[in-house]
Amino acid sequence: MAVLNFLEAVRETLRAEMRRDKDVWVVGEDVGKKGGVFGATLGLFDEFGDQRVQDSPLTESAIVGVGIGAALYGSKPVCEIQFADFIFPAFNQIISEAAKMRYRSDGDWTVPMVIRAPFGGGVHGGLYHSQSVEQYFTSTAGLKVVVPSTPYDVKGLLAAAIRDPDPVLFFEHKGLYRAIKGEVPEGDYIIPIGKADVKRDGTDITVITYGKAVHFCLEAAEELAKEGHSALVLDLRTLLPLDREAIMTAARKTGKVLIVHEAGKTHGIGAEVAALIAEECLFDLDAPVQRLCGPDIPAMPYAGPMEKFYMLSPEKCLEAMRTLAQF
Amino acid sequence: MPQLGESVTEGTIGKWLVNPGDQVKKYQPIAEVITDKVNAEIPAPQDGTIVSFAVAEGVTVKVGTLIAMMETGAGTGSAAAAQPTAPAAVGGPVRASSGPAAALAPAPSPGKAAAAPAPLAAAGSATLDRAEAGGGARYSPAVMRLAQEHGIYLNRLKGTGLGGRITRKDVEAYIASGAAAEPAPQAETALQAAAAQAPGSAQTASPAPAASPVPQPMAADQVIPVDAVRRRIAEKMLQSKHEAPHAWTMMPVDVTGLVKLKEQLGEEFKRREGISLSYVPFFIKAVVEALKEQPIINSQWAGDKIIIKKEINISIAVATETALAVPVIRNADRLSIAGLNHAVADLAGRARAGKLTLDDISGGTFTVNNTGYFGSAMSAPIINHPQAAILSFEAITKTPVVMENDAIAIRSMMNICMSLDHRILDGLVCGRFLQAVKSRLQGYAAGTVQLY
Repeated sequence: MAVLNFLEAVRETLRAEMRRDKDVWVVGEDVGKKGGVFGATLGLFDEFGDQRVQDSPLTESAIVGVGIGAALYGSKPVCEIQFADFIFPAFNQIISEAAKMRYRSDGDWTVPMVIRAPFGGGVHGGLYHSQSVEQYFTSTAGLKVVVPSTPYDVKGLLAAAIRDPDPVLFFEHKGLYRAIKGEVPEGDYIIPIGKADVKRDGTDITVITYGKAVHFCLEAAEELAKEGHSALVLDLRTLLPLDREAIMTAARKTGKVLIVHEAGKTHGIGAEVAALIAEECLFDLDAPVQRLCGPDIPAMPYAGPMEKFYMLSPEKCLEAMRTLAQF
Repeated sequence: MPQLGESVTEGTIGKWLVNPGDQVKKYQPIAEVITDKVNAEIPAPQDGTIVSFAVAEGVTVKVGTLIAMMETGAGTGSAAAAQPTAPAAVGGPVRASSGPAAALAPAPSPGKAAAAPAPLAAAGSATLDRAEAGGGARYSPAVMRLAQEHGIYLNRLKGTGLGGRITRKDVEAYIASGAAAEPAPQAETALQAAAAQAPGSAQTASPAPAASPVPQPMAADQVIPVDAVRRRIAEKMLQSKHEAPHAWTMMPVDVTGLVKLKEQLGEEFKRREGISLSYVPFFIKAVVEALKEQPIINSQWAGDKIIIKKEINISIAVATETALAVPVIRNADRLSIAGLNHAVADLAGRARAGKLTLDDISGGTFTVNNTGYFGSAMSAPIINHPQAAILSFEAITKTPVVMENDAIAIRSMMNICMSLDHRILDGLVCGRFLQAVKSRLQGYAAGTVQLY
């Protein structure tokens, strides 16, 4: 058992998977000698060589397009998009090709590809290095969308993603890379995609969240406990497919649900989760389902105070949780 | 329908004083409302235009029911021109007319009605921050389902949520306490019936308590429709009998001195004051003094606590030919015998004339019942909910009595009969209270009491 930070967990899982399976390889901008802009692939070039750790041109459509082709050819590419903000040139490849391949070939062809992309704000990244893009993909059947929040989950979920026979988008909140450390077992394990995790059990309110907001909510839950309210924090971990059972169980337990995510509110994951609860759990609800989300403005502002306004925080989470608890 | 008094739960629109389309000023009367005991006018909550009526004249609706819609101005200055006007409910929070969206958020307060929420704030944060005034009347689906499954009358619960809202946890705690096992009386099953109409919940409906068969009139029988007043009396009596475990005690009192005193002073009093001197102010005087000695008698049961009332407001039962009114003498402990006599005469007169106001019937803390007026020798009164006790003063009768020296004398005797809420009061404290009343009544004699 080793204590790794979030980024180290990504790197060590990539290394382990590449050692386990020679078909696994990585491609992306600066992933080779430089080891990636964040260092997620640091050392992999030296260990596995330039055929399995390939630098790409600054062309995201090519990174994903090459990945799809290689996957169809039988290998297991792990594509790195340097910032999730730049995934849009590859959007057509992901939506029109990767997501639909199994369906349109009636199961003859699959795309066992992972696309890793750092996302999220609060790192003074401004408009083009802070976006949360998961919501553009979660309405597309044929994709899987995973957003881990802890080093332990990174290892289990990234391994599961690499071994999955279909395309998986693996979004890593860059604000967690070096901020979050945790125990990561050395042995091989996977966490099934599509399973949420109760990060904290509670009886008064249910908070459903993912990504960095998990940590804000856990911190807020500690404070809330001092005020006498007990919060259940459910980490979705996978946004597509959603863990419907876990969501319904958590919602029914307290009857008061708050959904928290950094991405914008309108048409966000929270809308889908709230709709599911409305459909399935109405007679257990004791309060209107609440959402605490990023504001519906075009982008994360660059100016410090404005970025703070945009971003979630433990304080904002606590306020929303307290309000719901007192309702 | 606004709350027109603490015990008033519904009202009848007697007459609309305005018409749809009329401009009204804040506080301008817009309707006459008849409740079980008083008639009142409903004022406009603010300046605006009456849009429509939701309740016709003569129709009785529960407190909190939408009775009319009015359009109000949109705040101040330029905002008035920029914002569309928003409908505001007259006479209380928007209820039945609210659409699904409105059902999730409390009705905006009139002052905010026209101000659109800032888009950024609305998008970025959760919005449970507005408390609903008197939120007890709107229940969450979970609360409704639990109430239905367990046959709970929700008005019995104290809410711990925002603005007193009854939460799912409140109901779960109530069920766990075993209180829900009590059968709900017939009058209280309306909510359950309403809940049973919720889709998907019918299969979990608990069987309604078996109703006793309603008697059917024979051909020659006279049928008197139950009017609002009679029905209210019935409900209050039932509620009190059902909720408060009544215990009863009686004490004989020798009021020979009081009878003589009244004979001596009566004529002079009538000449001076223009009204007859009655026994009732003496009874009330004795009661308020005894209440000061035993303040727990002047209290109310409030579920998890007992509230001892600071004010001593004496309700007096006033019988009319067909009904019963219980107007209140506020701060009765501050009045002299003469003052009490006037207060009683005034309230009784107005009760018989049907001219009591809301204030007249609200806030009583203890009830004095002059059953001797119609010759009763003994009675077991029903407590005036939510008070803790009621005291009846029975007929004064000349009776042979064995005196302390074993002589037999003819004395003016009167029974005083007390019904008490045994949740709050026990025999000992009530005995002390009755002794205190008794000793005062027996102490009344010429020269011992000031009328003014």
